[in-house]
Amino acid sequence: MAPPTAAPPRTEPPGPAARRPRRRQRTGGGTPWALIAPALVPVVLFSVAPLLYGFYLSLTDARAGLNVDAGFVGLGNFADLLADGDFWASFRIGLVWSVGVTALQLLAGMGLALLLDLDLRLRWVARTLAMVPWAMPPVIVGLMWKLVYHPDAGILNAALRDAGLVSGGIDWLNDFSYVLPAIIVVGVWTGMPQTTIVLLAGLQGVPRELHEAAQVDGAGVWRRFRAVTLPQLRTVITTITSLNFVWNMNEFALVYVLTQGGPGGRTRLPMLYAYEEAFRYGFFGYAAAMGVAIVLVVLAVLGMYLRRRMREAE
Amino acid sequence: MSTRSGRAAARGLQYLALCGYLVFLGFPLVWLVSTAFKTPQEMALLDPTWIPGAPTVQNFAAAFGEQDLVGAAQRSLVVALASAALVVAIALPAAYALARYRSRVNSAALGWVLVSQVFPFILVIIPLFMVLRAMGLVNTLPGLVIVHVTFCLPFVLWMLQGYVRGVPRVLEEAAAVDGAGRWRTVLSVIAPLLAPGVAASLMFGFVSSWNEFLFALILLKDPEIQTLPLALVRFTGPEGVVRLGPLAAASVLATLPSLLFFSFIQRRLKGGAVTGAVKG
Repeated sequence: MAPPTAAPPRTEPPGPAARRPRRRQRTGGGTPWALIAPALVPVVLFSVAPLLYGFYLSLTDARAGLNVDAGFVGLGNFADLLADGDFWASFRIGLVWSVGVTALQLLAGMGLALLLDLDLRLRWVARTLAMVPWAMPPVIVGLMWKLVYHPDAGILNAALRDAGLVSGGIDWLNDFSYVLPAIIVVGVWTGMPQTTIVLLAGLQGVPRELHEAAQVDGAGVWRRFRAVTLPQLRTVITTITSLNFVWNMNEFALVYVLTQGGPGGRTRLPMLYAYEEAFRYGFFGYAAAMGVAIVLVVLAVLGMYLRRRMREAE
Repeated sequence: MSTRSGRAAARGLQYLALCGYLVFLGFPLVWLVSTAFKTPQEMALLDPTWIPGAPTVQNFAAAFGEQDLVGAAQRSLVVALASAALVVAIALPAAYALARYRSRVNSAALGWVLVSQVFPFILVIIPLFMVLRAMGLVNTLPGLVIVHVTFCLPFVLWMLQGYVRGVPRVLEEAAAVDGAGRWRTVLSVIAPLLAPGVAASLMFGFVSSWNEFLFALILLKDPEIQTLPLALVRFTGPEGVVRLGPLAAASVLATLPSLLFFSFIQRRLKGGAVTGAVKG
């Protein structure tokens, strides 16, 4: 985000320039702790330490109460997790959600980025519109889509009725089979803009000569996309897809507002399940174990994905 | 493929696809804004209309009449202002240190900035809750401010140290040569050049606190001290459709800070105050 600047040329005589850093070192002792401490203390106290403590908690049977003794239970929580059918269901939903939203974000984002890279007339409208979902608070996005999906007053049912596709109204967020696709659409709507902007930046870095050379060689549009554009975008795609996957796995506010995990747990993402276990029922240790399990799965999926991408690159 | 009609057909398809995207991105927004300007009678119609037949601002008035929402908005404002000011106050010295001194802390800080982007919140949130409870900060606004500051700190730090790097060292040295003391240098040379970066960081801190939901949900239990996102979620009670209008109006208003921030950032990205300050 910094304005680009060229490395300042050293024009001054070497004498004072060489002396100055030494004077700094004497006052700062290498690392200027006084300047760093105000930022370091809160980070250590309120995020590094809790993160480590969270790993420890997952090995205990800690409860929510203030004066409850927590005992060390080793891997007991994880054994319980393996036997917990609700947790597996939640996990499956979480994977469908994360993989589905991430894949659709990439596809839809790629399509829009390719269109925005062309010399089309309405480009600026799309660019501006694409910024809006990014800027909106997740809670408002959730409330807005609740208005869209509203069974009586929602525009979606009205539009479908006008098109003659349905006769009655579909209760999108309370229907067992529609609810997961419905929230995946919202997830794509929210995250696609960011993906688009990143991909667009990547596209603009692809050298024009490559395309021209491929065109001279007789490659069609699709062939040029496969053979020229995609390989050039490889790093960008890998990065944004990995980030999107982790972000989607961490999603909470959006789904909490839309469905609170319902109906019947059909949209209870692992984050929502862990939240309920911890803050509704007070099982801190068990919920922490869930957190560890989620982190492990995220890392495993990411590892597999990154390894495949690396092998493809070779 | 290279015939004229073929190219025209391709263009047509491209415009068709672009229109599809515009509809998908735009229709929920149109619907939100349209709902915000509808009368309760129009909301209750069996066949919803796209454009309000008789646009009204009564929903906005109703939203401002709701004590819950207004109080929550005031608290959100206080929390967001405090978080933004605090995060910049503690990030600025650290950003300067990271940008100007080479040390092992740099790579550690960079590593943490990356980790913070993929933070497993669920794992932190329970212990963090326990830490804050032990300090008596659960159910208080200062507790929420601390959390918001901590979690937007890495990104603000990253942003600010980029801006500090953008201020050529030669300028500082030139000021020193001209006889300016250390404080004088900071105040009259560095501070003005960092102003855009500080402004952007303040806005980022404000917006991320203003929008934040999960930590607020867990930390603030009393309805009397809840922030705006919590109040908005609680707003549609059993009355249902009648309250949707004011809800939409309040949602539109609550989105404005972030929209302003993003349009500001977009413009800022184009200009660089320092480009050309050093002769090549």
